[in-house]
Amino acid sequence: MSEKIQITASHLQPGQSGRVVQIQGGHGIANRLYAMGIRPGKKVTKVSSMFMRGPVTLRVGQMQVAIGYGMAGKIIVEVE
Amino acid sequence: MRILLVGNPNVGKSALFTRVTGVKVIASNYPGTTVGFTKGSMKLGDEAVEVIDVPGTYTLDPTSEAEEVASRMLQDGDLVINILDATNLERNLYLTMELLERNIPVVVALNMWDDTKHRGIDIDVAKMEERLGVPVIPTAATSGFGIKDLVDRISEVSSPSLPQRTRDERWAAVGNIVGEVQTIHHRHHTWLEHLQDASIKPLSGLAIAAAVLAVSFFIIRFIGEGLIGYVMEPLFEKLWLPLMMRLSEALGSGGFWHDMLVGKLIDGEIDFIQSMGVLTTGLFIPLGAVLPYIFAFYLILGLLEDVGYLPRLAVLLDNFMHRIGLHGYAIIPTMLGMGCAVPAIMSTRILESKRERFITATLISIAVPCAAAQAMIIGLVGAEGWQYVAMVFGTLVIVWFIVGLILKKVVKGFSPEIIIEIPPYRLPSWRGVLSKLWMRASGFVKEALPIILGAIFVVSILYALGVFDAIAGFTAPVVSGVFGLPEEAVTAIVVGFLRKDVAIGLLAPLSLTAGQLVVGSVVLTMFFPCVAAFVVLLRELRLKGLLASIGVMLIATLIVGGLLNLVL
Repeated sequence: MSEKIQITASHLQPGQSGRVVQIQGGHGIANRLYAMGIRPGKKVTKVSSMFMRGPVTLRVGQMQVAIGYGMAGKIIVEVE
Repeated sequence: MRILLVGNPNVGKSALFTRVTGVKVIASNYPGTTVGFTKGSMKLGDEAVEVIDVPGTYTLDPTSEAEEVASRMLQDGDLVINILDATNLERNLYLTMELLERNIPVVVALNMWDDTKHRGIDIDVAKMEERLGVPVIPTAATSGFGIKDLVDRISEVSSPSLPQRTRDERWAAVGNIVGEVQTIHHRHHTWLEHLQDASIKPLSGLAIAAAVLAVSFFIIRFIGEGLIGYVMEPLFEKLWLPLMMRLSEALGSGGFWHDMLVGKLIDGEIDFIQSMGVLTTGLFIPLGAVLPYIFAFYLILGLLEDVGYLPRLAVLLDNFMHRIGLHGYAIIPTMLGMGCAVPAIMSTRILESKRERFITATLISIAVPCAAAQAMIIGLVGAEGWQYVAMVFGTLVIVWFIVGLILKKVVKGFSPEIIIEIPPYRLPSWRGVLSKLWMRASGFVKEALPIILGAIFVVSILYALGVFDAIAGFTAPVVSGVFGLPEEAVTAIVVGFLRKDVAIGLLAPLSLTAGQLVVGSVVLTMFFPCVAAFVVLLRELRLKGLLASIGVMLIATLIVGGLLNLVL
């Protein structure tokens, strides 16, 4: 069985996918991420990120969402 | 009866609204196109019913201003048309779940149905109806597909009034439904999707952004100058001028009415910029000098909006914009400001915090000249050489950035991080682009023409009464002392309250040096919002915000105008 490790979405490599396990931070942030379809159990794929801690673009299902670097750091994903 | 159109941002609510009501509204491919709400009406059987285009919202749990508005409006509706993006079923259904818990009849429009096929998405509509317990109708608002069906089935609706659930229960229900009704086929990336990915990666993205902006600028100039040089100027010179000369002779080449209507003759000739008659300059500025650029600008902006490029630009610029207390999405109001400050300041509502809205609106008012002002600057300053036009715009960009830096330090409050949906690229429909262009261009003529005519009328009267001479006396220390402009330039500054384009035109008869023209253009752009922008600023920022904003403008203008005068 392959080992699973948990990292934040901001640490995903472009093209790498992970399954969301937890969203840290307050209710407000969780609500907004949920509304964009980012919630525990969902598979997210990083499309790209801007340099110097710029926004991170994630693909969730059929859509792409750009989120700030700090917020991406609150999304804990599990990668193989 | 009142019908509400409710749905996530950027699912085509405005396009569908136009389809059912015939009322034309601006629709674009980015979340937050509709910030206020628009009313229209449609026929339902023999009854005329009211239809309201509610701003897009992801949830009825009010976490932002737009969501609060949507949630409140729901209480006054009799029926909801819930518009879903069929290519994004899962995210869209959450709002549907919330709506079904409210005590209001719902009908679901599965919009963007035409997009599902080439994206490899299959949706079992019959099963979805069964699961939701309300009518579900596939539609494509941009082409009109399914709209008749939708309207026909409004009479069948009822409210299932599901019991209130928690967030997690709703998401679980959404997951179940999507699992049952939707099948996704794997398929290869289309070229549009490859381009989509390239335009959001750092290196290729910045290269594409530079290319897009350079090409846009080039095309706007090409179309704008072409229309002026080959269409509008010949029309005015060959057709309108002889008529005006005859009128001038008939009125005896001088006197009060002559100067009002035709204006002052310059070396015995009518000069469309300098004469300042209501029928000469009053018509030439809006129609001859400005309209061509308005047309060119909104054509290109409309294309960029409908393709879905602007949110990508927001992501690319996010980092940079954080330095001035904004996030990338503020670039959308700013770009709208290059057209007109009024819709631009209204669109600052897409930003979440009060602080961001204040900074963005103030920066637009100070450093982003509208298309009308830009057209006049290009016409007037460009005649002295392009390096001077570059000086004007270069100065304004620097001012925009420095004032932003200062406002970030001074203005209290927070600026949240960006979180936006990046819509897929869509090939724009010419019909959509042209109808939006028509709305904006005719809107300009309808709203600006009366103000311009009025402004010129007022200027002529004030001239005749000698009011400007009186003002020029006590404003001289600032106008001449600080800005290095002739005393008479105060006329332009006063007219700047009404219209910036007319104001810049008033610099023409003063025989200024190129340096003075640069100072004058910058000062007129920065110092005060025009009356239309003033009214929206008041509405959006309230009195206190407006006064603060104007304070910033006046101080910045004094400093920048003075510095420019020293340097040039």
